[in-house]
Amino acid sequence: MSTAKNININLKIWRQKNANDKGGIVDYKLDNVSTASSFLEMLDQLNEQLINNKQEPVAFDHDCREGICGMCSLYINGRAHGPETGTTTCQLHMRKFKDGDTIYIEPFRSKAFPVVKDLVVDRSSFDRIQQAGGFVSVNTSGNTIDANATPVPKDDADKAFMAAACIGCGACVATCKNGSAMLFVGAKVSQYALLPQGKVEAAQRVQNMVRQMDEEGFGNCTNTGACEIECPKGISLENIARMNREFLKASL
Amino acid sequence: MAKSALLKSSIAKKYWMALTGLFLCLFLAGHLAGNLQLLVPNNALNFNQYALFMTTNPAVKVLSYLTYISILFHAIDGFLLTYQNAKARPIGYAKSNPSANSSFSSRNMALLGTIVLVFIVTHMVNFWAKMHFDKNMPLMTQSIEGQPGMKQDFYVGTQAGQYYPVEQVEIGTHTDEHNHAPKQFKLVKKTELYHAQANVKVADLYKDLYKITLAFFRDAKYGLYFTIGYVLAMFALGFHLWHGFQSAFQSLGLNSPKYTPIIKFIGKAFAVIVPLLFAIIPLYIHFTK
Ligand code: HEM
Ligand code: SF4
Ligand code: FES
Repeated sequence: MSTAKNININLKIWRQKNANDKGGIVDYKLDNVSTASSFLEMLDQLNEQLINNKQEPVAFDHDCREGICGMCSLYINGRAHGPETGTTTCQLHMRKFKDGDTIYIEPFRSKAFPVVKDLVVDRSSFDRIQQAGGFVSVNTSGNTIDANATPVPKDDADKAFMAAACIGCGACVATCKNGSAMLFVGAKVSQYALLPQGKVEAAQRVQNMVRQMDEEGFGNCTNTGACEIECPKGISLENIARMNREFLKASL
Repeated sequence: MAKSALLKSSIAKKYWMALTGLFLCLFLAGHLAGNLQLLVPNNALNFNQYALFMTTNPAVKVLSYLTYISILFHAIDGFLLTYQNAKARPIGYAKSNPSANSSFSSRNMALLGTIVLVFIVTHMVNFWAKMHFDKNMPLMTQSIEGQPGMKQDFYVGTQAGQYYPVEQVEIGTHTDEHNHAPKQFKLVKKTELYHAQANVKVADLYKDLYKITLAFFRDAKYGLYFTIGYVLAMFALGFHLWHGFQSAFQSLGLNSPKYTPIIKFIGKAFAVIVPLLFAIIPLYIHFTK
């Protein structure tokens, strides 16, 4: 038995032609939205309506639509990835909304995430941070050691795995009042620093990644804790503390 | 500016913020312990002894310079952080719901800190500067009943048993020398008591900060406003610490499932108790005049 029903909603969506356009909020009405549809399917439905009316569809990011790739974004009714905690926008469903609701949809806002078009932002600043140190250098000369040959304490492995769950979506930046990327960088630093393979380059890694983070124009963490609550993957603030410790160790 | 060595990286700034903030928490605890003596009625001697100790003891001097530096550094670093953070999001959201994921205190540290800074500056003008620089700072006297029904005012020296009749001490320039018999003592350099004829130092006198403090909060015209202002500033301090205390440990990288709940509990207790005790003092002084 399905409990799905159809609702009519009002949308207030950020429209911006390109990076240089000023942009602004545009109102739309969308009727007969199934509460069983996902948030992105609702946007697909809106875009069909727009295309049928010979209007420009709303550009938004998405890829896997199953909560694992980190490509979807959106600031929905004042919250990154919408009102539900522990979910990406693609995993948010319209049953969370009521008939007649007004829903604000805005792009993730940060100096380091410039808007490309409408709701699409350029998150390549995250890629550059990752390239600055978020890896383990491996000699691929044919004598590569099997990863499982190095014993890792279970507790460390669990913590590293939890940090590695970060999908790089940028919700932490979007929700932070300071536009800080420290939860993301903390997760990436921790994921390697906890493992024997990553310890070797731990000092340069944290310094290079933090320097890149600062250069990209992200803000400074003031420990409001908003990122931890909005992160779809439940990345903990402990990772920021670990990054700070690693940074101090590397700087002394 | 942001590129200077100590302020270079975002995380270095966080460390400085946390270290200076926690040092200021220690300062608050010490300052409070001294101030609480104002709650004991007629406690001029003890309080002025404490004030003298705080302005002259070398170890305390080192601590007080550290405190001045901490306040300055904390405030400058805090403003710098706030300015950079504002720049990190040039275009804001049309709709945002910050209370869904963060506390009021954590989002208003700069505002709360600024209120505390304004308070610190006025507080220093009203008490600290008077104690250090005011030429007209009164000296402590005690009224002692020598014979029954015959009270006399004495200046009190810093050594035990040093009492000097007020009318025997010459203060300032002697303009009425010809009209009166020469006095036995004279005052030099604000607090040093000299024997007038022999010109030798006999005692150090206490500055009467106790009297200044009571008069300040009991002032007929402004006492109530000073009291209210003080209490409001303590609210701001309380909210600043509500977030700040535990935040400093996180900044220093000290976060563990075992200790963080304890640190958070202590931080909240500190944020309530310390500003509350500070605020009770002017309220007590004002309403018991
Ligand atoms: C007795 C006075 C003060 C005490 C005890 C105090 C204490 C603290 C503590 C413990 C923190 C947390 C540090 C951290 O999160 O790492 C903090 C943060 C902060 N304080 Fe103060 N503070 C005081 C005065 C001030 C003043 C005068 C300002 C001036 C504007 C100020 C501005 C800030 C700001 C902006 C933050 C947030 C920055 C951040 O979290 O990184 N504070 N304070
Ligand atoms: S820490 Fe969480 S919110 Fe931030 S990028 Fe990673 S998954 Fe997204
Ligand atoms: S589209 Fe892949 S996580 Fe949402």
